[in-house]
Amino acid sequence: MAIATGKRRVSGVEIEIRSGGEGRPLLFLHGGLGFLKHETFLEALAVGHRVIAPAHPGFEASEWPRDFRSVADIAYLYLDLAETLKLEDAVLVGSSFGGWLALEMLVRTTAGFGHTVLVNSLGVKFGDRGTRDIADIHAMAKADADKLLFHDPATAAFDATRMSDAELTAIARNREALVFYGWKPYMHNPSLRRWLHRVELPTLVAWGGADGFVAPDYGRKLAQALPDARFTAIEGAGHYPAVEAPEELALLIRDFAAGRNADAAA
Amino acid sequence: MQSWHFSEMAYPPAWDAGYENGSFRVTLPNKLAEPDKVADIYHRHFDEFQLCDELGINIMLNEHHSTATCLNAAIPLTLAILARITKNARLLSLGTPIANRLDPVRVAEEMAMVDVISRGRLEMGLVKGAPYEIAPANSNPARMMDRFWEAHDLILKALSTQDGPFNWEGEYFHYRQVNIWPRPWQQPHPPVWITGLSPHSGQMIAERGHVAAALLSGGIAAGMFDAYRKRAAELGRAATPDRFAYCALVGLGHDEAEGRRRADRICGYVRTAPIVAEPFSNPPGYAPVPANVAVLKAGPQKFVARVQTHDGRTIDPTQATVQEFIDARTAFAGTPDQVFEQIKQFNREVGGLGHLIIMGQGGTLGYEDTVDNLRLFAEEVMPRLGEIEMPENPYGEMAERVAANAAE
Repeated sequence: MAIATGKRRVSGVEIEIRSGGEGRPLLFLHGGLGFLKHETFLEALAVGHRVIAPAHPGFEASEWPRDFRSVADIAYLYLDLAETLKLEDAVLVGSSFGGWLALEMLVRTTAGFGHTVLVNSLGVKFGDRGTRDIADIHAMAKADADKLLFHDPATAAFDATRMSDAELTAIARNREALVFYGWKPYMHNPSLRRWLHRVELPTLVAWGGADGFVAPDYGRKLAQALPDARFTAIEGAGHYPAVEAPEELALLIRDFAAGRNADAAA
Repeated sequence: MQSWHFSEMAYPPAWDAGYENGSFRVTLPNKLAEPDKVADIYHRHFDEFQLCDELGINIMLNEHHSTATCLNAAIPLTLAILARITKNARLLSLGTPIANRLDPVRVAEEMAMVDVISRGRLEMGLVKGAPYEIAPANSNPARMMDRFWEAHDLILKALSTQDGPFNWEGEYFHYRQVNIWPRPWQQPHPPVWITGLSPHSGQMIAERGHVAAALLSGGIAAGMFDAYRKRAAELGRAATPDRFAYCALVGLGHDEAEGRRRADRICGYVRTAPIVAEPFSNPPGYAPVPANVAVLKAGPQKFVARVQTHDGRTIDPTQATVQEFIDARTAFAGTPDQVFEQIKQFNREVGGLGHLIIMGQGGTLGYEDTVDNLRLFAEEVMPRLGEIEMPENPYGEMAERVAANAAE
């Protein structure tokens, strides 16, 4: 199904939104890559769902008000969006940084949502103070970070010489915004774990099995810490299954939301 | 023209390891820093700074972290020592990286103490800090300049408020009872210097009337200084040369070969300083989005700052010769006469300088050579700096017109 890109004011913030498809609404929250190489995934998701995929404030071409300083600010913005759109029984899907956002929304309220899927989500601290759950990709060369992030690092490659200024600006803005929201504490909220019991929704924790940035074991711990979650690994994908296994991830999400894959691998 | 001497207090014993490590900064393990050797280096530099005090040369310090290129990791500590062991030299901190030191009130306290201990000899530089300083400080690289200016405003308010505590609830900093003791010797606060490269920086510094300093950047300084003069004129002020400072490596000898040999050793600083592991050389958010778009377009390459010569050649500072550094105006070297001519020429190119900061020691230049270098500068070059004619401020008339209009 075709995906269209438009703009919408949400609580006074001009947000870029990709949308398409019909059916049960599905709110997709992107990760640090923004929508880079997400076309196939969003189209596959829109088969059977009305997909709503906003770009977070500061990412892509979305406005970044100065007072947007934390993941909580984005969470409240999207709770407003869900109310404005009168979402009911919607599916909330978050990838990576977007998974953290989804959790921040759902610990506040699950109103409007019926299922949630967390894909290689960030946001929670499990290890002790000397143990990093989330690799410090800002302390390694891009080539080394890509090896951790992708099953096949070639997937991450893009030819900047063939991209428009707007596309390159989106990449630079995505990197800056990700760093701003997730610098310290690094990519997590130390208090979030305590409130995970409030995410009372059927939850699928889906994980690219080759993720070296946030290992599958972190996903298993996350699934255990949530009230009604199970864990599924996606082989042949790293931190961004939406990029490396788009069709498979979309199918997994659609089936889970429809209650069809009750036997997902634990 | 005021003269200043500056040294980064490098640690050459770890340089081979730095090259091997591919980074002189952040990741080079500190087991390489032998405390007894480090102590000798500190003491040696304090001796050199005391000599500057005797010779009439003012003193500049800076700070860097996690690096074999600079052992001065805490500028208030070394400033405090100099405040006690020198008598006359003005003490320039250039500077405190205030977007990385997240307690501006503490910075104000430290600066006030140094100003008082030195009986009013502090010149207070406030700097953004290089990109590779982000990791050691673990400060957020995004919105850094917003944080910088808020810290700047708070530090100046803390230094200049004398009638009891004030409250500060800003975007980045929060305090309830700001009331520093002691207050500074100089009123309302010590003179402020800010480093920069771009015309935009020049405008921002001009709006506050501070000293704009360019370090080793060659002719690029001209653009920043010009933007400063223009912005000051728009505000009705004719910027005087004492608002502009430039730092160059200076190697002087009794003959040209000796001066160049000394400069070559000092240049070890510029050859090692940019060798930084990739992720620390340009963290996301440190540079503005358009600059990062340009980096993306340029494609995968080592992100090393390039230096332009006066005739438009680009040189690689990690490999450059003394002649190339002279061509880039990063270094002034040779006999006192030659160095004087190079300074005179550069002063013309940038529209007039009130402060010349010499890096009279750098890299592997030893103590005896440094002492002779400083003596030659003080005896043969410094006395002639007053002869240098200052170019006319091209915005002088604009400044007068704006000021006259405002007075009406």
